[in-house]
Amino acid sequence: MDNVTTVGHAHAHADHEHELPFWQRYVFSQDHKVIGIQYAITALLFLLLGFTLMMIMRWQLAYPSQPIPFIGGLFGDANAPGGIMLPEFYNQLGAMHGTIMVFLGVVPLAVGGFGNFVVPLQIGAPDMAFPRLNMASYWVYFVGGVVMLASFFAPGGAANSGWTSYVPLAVIATQGQTWWLIGMTCLITSSLLGAINFIVTMVQLRAPGLTWMRLPFFVWTQLVTAFLLLLAFPPLEAAAFLQLMDRLVGTSFFLPSGLVVSGQALEVSGGGSALLWQHLFWFLAHPEVYVLILPAMGIVAEIIANNTRKPLWGYRPMVYSVIFLGFMSFIVWAHHMFLTGMGTYISAFFQTTTMIISIPSVIILSALFISLYGGSIRFTTPMLFALGFLPMFGIGGLTGLPLAFAASDIHLHDTLYVIGHFHYVVAPGTIFALFAGIYYWFPKATGRKMNELLGKIHFWGSFIFMNGVFWPMLIQGLAGMNRRMYDGGIQYQHVQDVLQWNSVMSWSAWGLGLFQIFFIINFFRSIRNGEKTNNNPWEATTLEWQAPSPPPHGNFLSPPEVHRGPYEYSVPGAATDFTPQGQRS
Amino acid sequence: MEIPYTVDTRADTGLNNVKLGIWLFLASEVMLFGGLFSSYVLLRVGAEAGTWPQGAEILSIPLATFNTIVLIGSSVTMVMAWASLKLRDLFKYRLYMGTTVALALVFLIVKAFEYADKFSHHLYPSESTFLGIYFLITGLHGLHIVGGIIVNSYFLLPGVKMWHTAPERFTNRVEAAGLYWHFVDLVWIFLFPVLYLL
Amino acid sequence: MGELLGLPVQASAHAVEVDQLIVVVHWIMAILFVGWGAFFLYTLFRFRQSRNAKGDYVGVKSHTSSYLEIAVAVVEAVLLIGFAIPAWATRVNEFPSEGESTVVRVVAKQFEWHIQYPGPDGMFGRTTLDLITPTNAIGLDRSDPMAVDDLVTINQLNLPVDKPALVHLSTQDVIHSFGISSMRVKQDAIPGQEIPVWFIPTQTGDFEINCSQLCGLGHYRMRGFVTIQTEGEFRDWFQEEMAFQGAN
Ligand code: HEA
Ligand code: HEA
Ligand code: CUA
Ligand SMILES: [Cu+2]
Repeated sequence: MDNVTTVGHAHAHADHEHELPFWQRYVFSQDHKVIGIQYAITALLFLLLGFTLMMIMRWQLAYPSQPIPFIGGLFGDANAPGGIMLPEFYNQLGAMHGTIMVFLGVVPLAVGGFGNFVVPLQIGAPDMAFPRLNMASYWVYFVGGVVMLASFFAPGGAANSGWTSYVPLAVIATQGQTWWLIGMTCLITSSLLGAINFIVTMVQLRAPGLTWMRLPFFVWTQLVTAFLLLLAFPPLEAAAFLQLMDRLVGTSFFLPSGLVVSGQALEVSGGGSALLWQHLFWFLAHPEVYVLILPAMGIVAEIIANNTRKPLWGYRPMVYSVIFLGFMSFIVWAHHMFLTGMGTYISAFFQTTTMIISIPSVIILSALFISLYGGSIRFTTPMLFALGFLPMFGIGGLTGLPLAFAASDIHLHDTLYVIGHFHYVVAPGTIFALFAGIYYWFPKATGRKMNELLGKIHFWGSFIFMNGVFWPMLIQGLAGMNRRMYDGGIQYQHVQDVLQWNSVMSWSAWGLGLFQIFFIINFFRSIRNGEKTNNNPWEATTLEWQAPSPPPHGNFLSPPEVHRGPYEYSVPGAATDFTPQGQRS
Repeated sequence: MEIPYTVDTRADTGLNNVKLGIWLFLASEVMLFGGLFSSYVLLRVGAEAGTWPQGAEILSIPLATFNTIVLIGSSVTMVMAWASLKLRDLFKYRLYMGTTVALALVFLIVKAFEYADKFSHHLYPSESTFLGIYFLITGLHGLHIVGGIIVNSYFLLPGVKMWHTAPERFTNRVEAAGLYWHFVDLVWIFLFPVLYLL
Repeated sequence: MGELLGLPVQASAHAVEVDQLIVVVHWIMAILFVGWGAFFLYTLFRFRQSRNAKGDYVGVKSHTSSYLEIAVAVVEAVLLIGFAIPAWATRVNEFPSEGESTVVRVVAKQFEWHIQYPGPDGMFGRTTLDLITPTNAIGLDRSDPMAVDDLVTINQLNLPVDKPALVHLSTQDVIHSFGISSMRVKQDAIPGQEIPVWFIPTQTGDFEINCSQLCGLGHYRMRGFVTIQTEGEFRDWFQEEMAFQGAN
């Protein structure tokens, strides 16, 4: 096929696309870019919702049992009589914050949004391998989200047993838990469909010349992520079925004999195991945390290479590290369960695997740091967020170490130190990377750039306040303050000295919320009024920048071919400081 | 816009999209049933001595043996259906595919009788953890059978139109459906001894 | 560093050991953080576009980072084998004998801690489900000869100082976690299991049990008290409580 006919083809299709009715173009679209954007917008809205829940909770933590100002009346007497939050409601907000952030916010944005939009473009494919399946996975996700939202209106409100839904508590919990399980089943199914589609796309649809070691690092992270989703999610689905049976049919998979609840013997056959749930849950949920971080690392790597104008340092070791991380993440799950009564041998095994898995993370982070050396660094908004990611992920990762030793975990388990640890990884870590990705790929999706000034204000505000929320958690955790404390722990003598941090953290959280307004305005304003750009505003090398902005249905005007590695910046003797992958030498 | 390798195999991976897709799907299914089998093992090992019944005390081995034969038979006819397409014999394809669907229905009917019999003896999932896991795993397996029946019926009746426009693609699809069907069969072959015999 | 980290008082014998590990790990974290942080800030300053107009295609050539990574791995291995695993092993393997320790049963329920002392005979009285009433929350069978001298308290754990305490931990309903921050003790109470926990209190005074696992609405207020007394005080307390309980 020569170029001329392909161009003709693409045009024919572009015209054809205009004939599709609105709902097929934008609602039930099978185009990976539209689906990616649907995913991204939905997920951003969920992130905002999850954050809002937390901003409400933080009132109760800072000012226990004082009426919530302004909006306190909205929650009804069942949740907040007189505007004062009840513990029931606090627990709902906590469980749903965790669930929404992880399963409805970050994963759909990182995988469904960026994966869908960017991966086919970066590998030079016309679309995903199974476009209809792709559409289905979005809509199943959407239904899962609706079920989760609806659960707030169930009798007794939403799920309230933590995002971990530990049994037996979750089995005897109010109806919201059933909705949670059904919602999770939808989300799992959606992720499975998506994962199959991603892997097939990346294996089969790479453009000619795009060998494995020429793949952008982002694609590698998505590939490993897809495998994690594919293999780790089904056991949680099995677990969800078991818990549903316990709740609805009266089985006792998770209920041992002889339970007494509120002074009444529980009328069940018994003989179950409470720890079985934890094993099944963490078998998913540990790989899941790498699902949260790997795409983020991929985004950061792309942006760093682009904004340092030099190749990534240590591309190969990074790729091997990601693959190794993927493998290892399946055998560390019980480090969340050290204090459930674990013997020396089993705990030694899981401590060792956890130490081993920290090494590839160290390698990747070091490689990213070293990549900066010798660069010509441009502090664009995406780069600021990517740079912000590095030390923040560093703090999050480092604080994982004292948790990973069973002996020190005795003191730190279930304290705010754990909360601080993982928020450093997921919030100023992953969320920053996702922001970076939005600023970076926005011109590809819309043909316009987001405003740099608003972006920088957004960055600095977020950077300062994120630390304002999460650093004190580490301090409180070391002092022994527990997590999931409805009253912020005020009753306990041993944490009196660190209580004053509660209000600092809350005000930081609200400040953080304030600075998101700059982002939201910037985002919506730039869709129509942003500065117009050409196809490759960042002068980048990877294939997506070779397509028009926004790319038409089918993506490329002529089928791309790849002639070199992904990050050929500042090649000695080259005419420009970037040599695109698709450029013939 | 054409998506490449929907029909032909890609030279460097040796696969077409559908085939890779179905293998990945089966990998996730292995993890799903693997999770349930592991739960079974953990629950059984953790059960108090003497509380876990022998499958045969409660379940009917003859019915299950019959069902095992039925399901293996349907796997054979499924292969034959695919082979007939390869030999470009649509009539035989219809015959074998029809038999596959029919055998699957037989399996479900027998299973329904088994369930009804349990219920009539007040053997509900809530009765014991053994019964709970029995109903859950066989129920989930039954749902997989239902799914297989739907897919296979589709390829038997409306879907067969594709044979006239894109025979190779159609054959690939039937092959994928076949792989799925063998998997469902295989799960049963694990289930049978684990639940009924051990 | 321990001061800097703001760890609570060390009121048990093994607290020192746990803290030592926490402190050493934080030293390593600090070194990595400061080292890489300095490198990071230097590169941002030195290689900004206005100072370095053209990127260097090759970048860093030295292998220092590989050595660094190996060093991190070695340090982790040392911590694991030298500190973490042995410290854990003493917690979960090397229990003191019943004879030399104060033995108690702790039964968690929503949202209280019930503590049963075996009394002078050293034997716990039988408890059964059927006998559970609001006033007998653990279902102690007072007709059992071994139960006669048993003492049951709610949310109050008294222990003599400098003598190993051996706690048999269980729960009636959901998972709770038996945490005494000041003693670096924490153990989940798992339904259907009785899990032993041990520690040696080394300071007299009042401390707190904090339930560390989300267990429902009252999780935040599932607080108990630990009073560590001298051997004599403890004996007096026990007599007094027995007399009080007998009078009821
Ligand atoms: C994306 C998410 C993510 C990531 C990447 C990680 C990464 C790690 N996690 Fe974390 N973790 C969570 C999310 C994550 N975790 C969550 C959500 C929970 C709690 C769940 C719950 O209970 O609700 C948790 C809980 C958790 C526990 C259980 C604690 C407890 O409940 O008691 C443990 C214990 O081993 C642990 C360990 C680790 C380790 C060793 C790493 C390692 O992989 C980290 C490796 C990284 C490094 C070692 C950093 C390297 C740094 C440098 C090289 C230098 C840095 C330099 C500068 C900063 C300048 N984590
Ligand atoms: C990915 C996971 C993730 C993320 C990103 C976050 C983000 C945040 N989390 Fe949360 N958190 C969890 C996962 C996460 N959390 C989990 C799993 C738990 C444990 C739950 C449990 O106990 O079971 C928890 C618990 C938890 C607690 C402890 C509660 C307790 O123990 O009682 C607190 C307390 O402050 C908290 C705070 C925050 C804050 C302030 C943020 C902020 O960083 C939020 C920042 C968010 C944004 C900046 C949103 C940006 C979005 C927009 C601006 C939208 C724009 C929209 C359009 C353009 C359309 N979280
Ligand atoms: Cu009991 Cu929390
Ligand atoms: Cu983990």
